[in-house]
Amino acid sequence: MYDILNMTALQLGSAIKKGEISSPEVVGMLFDAIEAKDKIINAYITLNREAATARAQEVQKKINSGELTSPLAGVPVAVKDNICTKGLKTSCASKILGDFTPPYNATVIERLEAAGVVIAGKLNMDEFAMGSTNETSYYGPVKNPWNTSRVSGGSSGGAAAAVAAREAVCALGSDTGGSIRQPASYCGVTGFKPTYGTVSRYGLIAYASSLDQIGPVARDVADCAAILNIICGHDSADSTSLDITHPDYLASLGGEVKGMKIGLPRECFEAGLDDDVAERVKAAAEALHSAGAVVDEVSLPFLDYMVPTYYIIACAEASSNLSRFDGVKYGIRGRNYDGLTDLYNTTRSEGFGDEVKKRILLGTFVLSSGYYDAYYRKALQVKAIIKNHFDAIFEKYDLIICPTSPRTAPRLGESLSDPLKMYLSDIFTASANIAGLPGLSVPCGFDREGLPVGMQIIGQRLDEVKVLRAGYAYQQLTSYHKTAPGGELK
Amino acid sequence: MRINKELVEYVAELSRIKLDESTTEKMIKELGAVIEYMGILNRLDTEGVEPMSHVFPITNVMREDIVIPSYDREEILGNAPARTDETLIVPITIE
Repeated sequence: MYDILNMTALQLGSAIKKGEISSPEVVGMLFDAIEAKDKIINAYITLNREAATARAQEVQKKINSGELTSPLAGVPVAVKDNICTKGLKTSCASKILGDFTPPYNATVIERLEAAGVVIAGKLNMDEFAMGSTNETSYYGPVKNPWNTSRVSGGSSGGAAAAVAAREAVCALGSDTGGSIRQPASYCGVTGFKPTYGTVSRYGLIAYASSLDQIGPVARDVADCAAILNIICGHDSADSTSLDITHPDYLASLGGEVKGMKIGLPRECFEAGLDDDVAERVKAAAEALHSAGAVVDEVSLPFLDYMVPTYYIIACAEASSNLSRFDGVKYGIRGRNYDGLTDLYNTTRSEGFGDEVKKRILLGTFVLSSGYYDAYYRKALQVKAIIKNHFDAIFEKYDLIICPTSPRTAPRLGESLSDPLKMYLSDIFTASANIAGLPGLSVPCGFDREGLPVGMQIIGQRLDEVKVLRAGYAYQQLTSYHKTAPGGELK
Repeated sequence: MRINKELVEYVAELSRIKLDESTTEKMIKELGAVIEYMGILNRLDTEGVEPMSHVFPITNVMREDIVIPSYDREEILGNAPARTDETLIVPITIE
């Protein structure tokens, strides 16, 4: 008898291929688990049960006939609700999109479906991916499966919590300043943000286009690599997707970490970092050292500038990207308005939550006449400095290791009263978006209260193989990624 | 940089967002704190640094003009909040 819900995506794919279990069986068990747990966790906004069940039967036939051969054929995946799915409601966790049902699939969905992966449902998130705790969702907060008085992290909180709670085998999230890695860290799962341009953004509802990237959230690094193999690659519908030949990420995992040079930025371990987090991440680096990697202290003098640079650029782009939500073409329309401009004003005032409004105002401010040079242009200059500094580090080092977040999951409600503190939870992750670097978060232990701690591994642009290999090597040495949240959910 | 009511109202107007009184108060406070915090970038000398929009050199992409079918009108209009059989309905745009 298989413990289906505790199996990884690759294990399930392999068992399905061998005929030991069937895709419809897996899908059925998954939806039973969701039914039992999601009233408490709130990881899903929309379930695709009927269509997924039919699809699993169809996929199973094609696996049996040898037509579908992907290692993940027949495996269900859950998708963050800012990725368009044809015929399946896509809300961005916002009131303004109402019951918007995309007439097309995002490129990543097309690629997953071609590989025989089954779309199980759409995951909760911070509204328009704006938040670090998943508390800005119109559909309510996502709770952390390790302790339901804690947040899941965000913005891909639904993805991380669903994978941790065994309500999803694996998931797709999106990461603009840490939105895959930080919730993965809080929920004790593995999350990967690829190099900017690795995965097509076509059909990802844009937050900050120069920073957004789709990536996997899964039980382990091998599952992340298997998903990346399917979703990566150039797409003529996204001119920022890189036209390069990608390696087989899954097949590259087994290589040596011996001799790899790893930098530990001393600034990341200074003031403001939780003691338990510091200790676990240093122990994780030590584990890689014992596996033959060379670990040195490096300096990241621009750490304090990461969060302001990130928020200026992200909000500026958001203020432009979100102008399309106007109550005309899709989504809801405001109730009482007088003329066209008032239709826009009313719809946007009723449809957006406060955090989204704040970021649109902030973005409009930094782009407005008289402030553009002091804020937006300045941030783009700092971005250049940050990128050059990382390039200099990566001339000498293969990887950088630091905590994914300065602390473990905060209590629900705690961050909303201190927004600046919430913004600072992105301090270690935003740098990878600013410089376009690949970043991986892997579970590396627990704090004094039993909450998961994440280690972040960052590499040079397009060095995903090294990043994933180091994460994989670490998971061969440890079992934190195999630990499921225990006890009854309350 | 001091964030006051006039500035928040001006930026809200540019953003096509109507704020009620309590939200305006909240935005003055929270935007004020964030913008003050962003001021730390001024500690960094960026004289002569070229602003960077993208980490990879990105240029415009041209392609052949190929005729392919567009979306079905009914599929697109299906998401509209107000519509006729063939078009979106909006308030009068030109008097």
